[in-house]
Amino acid sequence: MGDTFLTRRRSTPIFLICLAVLVLVVTLMSEPAGTGAISTSFLKTLGKTLCLCLVAVAMDLVWGYTGILSLGHMAFFGLGGYMIGMWLMYERTRLIVAESLAGAPIPPTDGEIVSAIASQIFGVVGSSDFPLVWMFAHSLPLQLALVVAVPGLLALVFGWLAFRSRVTGVYLSILTQAMTLALSLYLFQNDSGLRGNNGLSGLQNIPGLSGLPQSVISLWFFWGSALALALGYIFAAWIVSGKFGSVIRGIRDDEARVRFLGYPVEGFKLFVFTVTGIIAGIAGALYYPQAGIINPAELAPIASIYLAVWVAIGGRGRLYGAVIGAAFVSLVSTWFTGGQAPDIDLGVYTIQWVDWWLILLGVSFVLVTILAPQGIGGLFDLATRRRRKTSTGPDAGSLRAPEAAE
Amino acid sequence: MTQLLEVDGVSVSFDGFKAINNLSFSIGPAELRAVIGPNGAGKTTFMDIVTGKTKPDSGSVLWGARNRSLLKMSESQIARAGVGRKFQRPTVFEDQSVFANLLMALKKTRGPFSVLFYRPSSEDADKVRELAGQIGLAAQIDRLSGELSHGQKQWLEIGMLLAQEPRLMLVDEPAAGMTPAEREHTTDLLKRAASSCAVVVVEHDMDFVRRLGCRVTVLHEGSVLAEGSIDHVTSDPQVIDVYLGR
Repeated sequence: MGDTFLTRRRSTPIFLICLAVLVLVVTLMSEPAGTGAISTSFLKTLGKTLCLCLVAVAMDLVWGYTGILSLGHMAFFGLGGYMIGMWLMYERTRLIVAESLAGAPIPPTDGEIVSAIASQIFGVVGSSDFPLVWMFAHSLPLQLALVVAVPGLLALVFGWLAFRSRVTGVYLSILTQAMTLALSLYLFQNDSGLRGNNGLSGLQNIPGLSGLPQSVISLWFFWGSALALALGYIFAAWIVSGKFGSVIRGIRDDEARVRFLGYPVEGFKLFVFTVTGIIAGIAGALYYPQAGIINPAELAPIASIYLAVWVAIGGRGRLYGAVIGAAFVSLVSTWFTGGQAPDIDLGVYTIQWVDWWLILLGVSFVLVTILAPQGIGGLFDLATRRRRKTSTGPDAGSLRAPEAAE
Repeated sequence: MTQLLEVDGVSVSFDGFKAINNLSFSIGPAELRAVIGPNGAGKTTFMDIVTGKTKPDSGSVLWGARNRSLLKMSESQIARAGVGRKFQRPTVFEDQSVFANLLMALKKTRGPFSVLFYRPSSEDADKVRELAGQIGLAAQIDRLSGELSHGQKQWLEIGMLLAQEPRLMLVDEPAAGMTPAEREHTTDLLKRAASSCAVVVVEHDMDFVRRLGCRVTVLHEGSVLAEGSIDHVTSDPQVIDVYLGR
């Protein structure tokens, strides 16, 4: 291979090996393919965590490398989930409807089937017709294309408007928060066509695979999520390795200077924003079939803030930092909020972690920002730098005080 | 000889303060020019206007043989048209190596997609190494530019300017904070650059300007006070009054 981006950045092959080992160990401990030490629900948690790691890699690209603090990337994640959810729900309902109508004396027409599906899906919001946005829901390939196209287009249009007007810094962050909030509020409406606050549910039941137990499907999704994370990581590592990486880091550090070098800064920002929006959409499309349900609350502004917190705690500006942050914080969060953490009895007051976890997270975010801006990933520097640099004193060979005294 | 850059009757004011007042200036294709003037004379604002950072209230800025107006172009378009700029404070990308800094500046297509698929050929790498040699940073090429001394950062920035192969270089106080030996090296670099492109040097230090041995433009309160050889302008009573006499 010679001198490629994979060999030049040692962290990429190391990360891929760690991920492969994780997949192997989890597979050997899973119910369908191994000892069964890992329950299906925990397997789903692990698979979902890998999807969160993937969206964190995207966040690191856009924030840690390009310096755009987007607080709206979970909107793209949620949209990806909605796009795949539409097909899952449509197709599963169609199979159920077709089965129940099969016994009828007169075979149902296509129109009857479609209207039966519509009343099944939209009865909950008092409607029985398919809205326009569901026009491709019958086709898996089209809906998969929308997983990429819808978040990508939204990111492209939003980014074009924002970057063209040179909105930067905290103003851009606020704008992205407004975007995800507006989208979430829109989806909450019953006539948005995506079942309002009910969201899309039953997504864990994959159409056509009803004979398979959830444990097998979960393992497949775990593998798929790991593969997506590996590919996303390699792609991100490739993007940041060459001159493109130099330029976007330059934009992060001194945007005006890059402009005076002749680079169209807005084009670069738009490219990164759109590509990371697409990655987030793909991650969401893998996440929500494992979660089983998606509703507009998933696109709430707080979700995107969490994403930034993961990347900050893991260490921005390094891809493995984002992965570590997302995995660590979301798994610890599952542990604390799942009621597994023991309450601490202080006599006068009992600390219940379900309530206090957010405060703990907030405090650790503040502490990391102040004390360790490199995040958890910075610990790896400590190990490698020590080995490389033994002395920060004068150059090797120079005359030093003890020698001069001799 | 047609001029490379013609600034004509340009005025700009910030909150009522006239930073540039009916300024006219022109420079030929391979000319070295020093611009001096007291603080607040509008030297940096002048550079901001030429590089597109500041839009003037009135006047015209014409570029090249075809007299394109720079006022309608963005900063990056102006840079691609061939105007390079070195800032007063050295601004290099500190967490990247000297090599990466120079490679980024190297004259290539600048679009996101061509940059994404760009991998340096051996000629490009040689060119970067040659430039590093010219600016005296051959031994530092793999070091982070943030670790360099102040003078070395100034040279790196001049090297980045040379790598862009501009037709006009605007250099803001290149010798600030340099030792005498470093200044000499800087003078040589600028003189050599001026053999192939136009160079405008903004400088405070009269000795440095004298060593450049070129035409001098004196700015005062946003317009040109005097222009000519260094001996001509330093003997001008008005210049002595506002600038040298203090």
